[in-house]
Amino acid sequence: MTTKGVRRPLGLAPTAVLLLGALYCLLPVCWVLAASTKTRGELFTTNAFAPGTGLFSNIADLSAYRDGIFWQWMANTALYAGVGALLSTAVSVLAGYALAKFRFFGRNMIFNVLIGGILVPAVVLAVPQYLLLAKAGLANTYWAVLLPSILHPYSIYLARIYASAAIPDALLEAGRIDGAGENRLLRVVAVPLMLPGMVTIFLFQFVAIWNNFLLPFIMLADDERFPLTVGLYTLLATGANQPALYNLVITGALLSIIPLIALFLTMQRYWRTDLSGGSVKS
Amino acid sequence: MAKANRGARVHSAGATPYLYLAPAVALFTLFIAAPIGYTAYLSLRRVQFSGLGLGKKSRTEIFVGLDNYRTAVADGEFWAGWLRVLGYATLVLALMLGLALVFALLLDSARVRLARFSRIAIFLPYAVPGVVATLLWGFLYLPSLSPIHATLRAFGFDNVDLLSPSTVMFSMVNVAIWGGTGFNMLVLYTQLRAIPRDYYEAARIDGAGELAIALRVKVPILAPAIVLTTVFSIIATIQVFTEPMTLRPISNAVSSTWSPLMKVYRDAFVTGDLYSAAATSLVIAAISVVPSLLFMRLVRRQAFGEER
Repeated sequence: MTTKGVRRPLGLAPTAVLLLGALYCLLPVCWVLAASTKTRGELFTTNAFAPGTGLFSNIADLSAYRDGIFWQWMANTALYAGVGALLSTAVSVLAGYALAKFRFFGRNMIFNVLIGGILVPAVVLAVPQYLLLAKAGLANTYWAVLLPSILHPYSIYLARIYASAAIPDALLEAGRIDGAGENRLLRVVAVPLMLPGMVTIFLFQFVAIWNNFLLPFIMLADDERFPLTVGLYTLLATGANQPALYNLVITGALLSIIPLIALFLTMQRYWRTDLSGGSVKS
Repeated sequence: MAKANRGARVHSAGATPYLYLAPAVALFTLFIAAPIGYTAYLSLRRVQFSGLGLGKKSRTEIFVGLDNYRTAVADGEFWAGWLRVLGYATLVLALMLGLALVFALLLDSARVRLARFSRIAIFLPYAVPGVVATLLWGFLYLPSLSPIHATLRAFGFDNVDLLSPSTVMFSMVNVAIWGGTGFNMLVLYTQLRAIPRDYYEAARIDGAGELAIALRVKVPILAPAIVLTTVFSIIATIQVFTEPMTLRPISNAVSSTWSPLMKVYRDAFVTGDLYSAAATSLVIAAISVVPSLLFMRLVRRQAFGEER
């Protein structure tokens, strides 16, 4: 009926809708970019998206706040997210590989129980986790945030999908016939094949821990160990009635999202979210 | 289950799988099973003071059966919290997932320009922690700072208070939509890209337009992924805590028991009543169990139906 060119014209309306969505999503980010460059006076007087002249003095003020505690929060967050996500990936990949590639008594039951952990509301866990860790003398330590972050049932679920899609049984079988031990097969065959999937699991878990608020909020009392989320919350809670502190909160908010946005833009190809499809295409 | 086992040519090798599962199982026991058990234990107990309640011996823990549950369920504020969260969750789920689906379909339609830019921009809020997202929007809701108010004034709406008791829920819904649309869009978009292109050719030859293909071919294929993202989103919105908690410093309209989880937090750490906090949190868990069980069925059938 119609020719190919006419059948697929440039969609002006779809493009406009998507650009509106993009604009909406960028709005607060653009605002904080502009606001963080403003001095205290400029913040309330100049146009919301006009750049100001105070970026460096704001950063200096924030760095000076309580002897540079903001950078301590940043380092803590990097520690929680980095170490937590690394351990989490290791535990998930081991479990997912075992569940996908071995046949053993209780396989389905173990999987169902582990995966059931997704469904438990975080607060049902956080309060008793705090009490139990307090009994062990670990509340208000780095461990209190690190240890509960390692097990992530959803990552185990993803790892199982990746393992069953990416590792051919024949390859493992051939290795076994050649007399390779299970640990060697894991190291030489399974891990390299699952690597793209592992990066994805690491990234999602890294972001989840970086963004977590409830767990550290409950576990920590000492602001020396706070991650950024809890630190910024307390800064906001102190500063809400003192517009003088607005600049610190705004600059802190900007600095706290830069690392994740950088990670996110550089690791683009690993942000695959195949919930049910299988392997990661890289 | 029978399906998962069918034709499993997977290896059976003694202790190895148990060894590989040991860390996960140990962590599960310590940080999920034990806390749940401890919560259940606490929820059946209460502290009793004897005498004047002074000194160590006057404070004893006693077993009270289901008393804490009765108190929790009888508390009007708890149900008011549920009502608020129900309204909040309904709006968030409908708008966020609706937008995510529309964006994913538009990105996939191959007729849009700047698709890459839009995709990255819409996914960007995923990299912003809930606290920071609420904080940014919170500033944008403040009349003294916000370009929103300046815009509203230009259209003749003076004195709009985005943080009043009647509007604060919508302000929170906006934060949730902003933060969650991109992730869900990416999930659906990834699924769409996995569908072979020639799948649509038959429909095209029959004269179906892009819209018809989207509604009659793509949406049905996406159905399992839509259900999965919906269930995930239900679990997440029921647990809303960070957003109302972060808005509290700048809005008087958010009470300390705005959402059921905030009430648990207040009971446990502000008023120090661990026992009713434990009972309340288990009631919340029970109410969340319905969508959760649905999710379990989906995960099993969908992802592992065809595992070799």
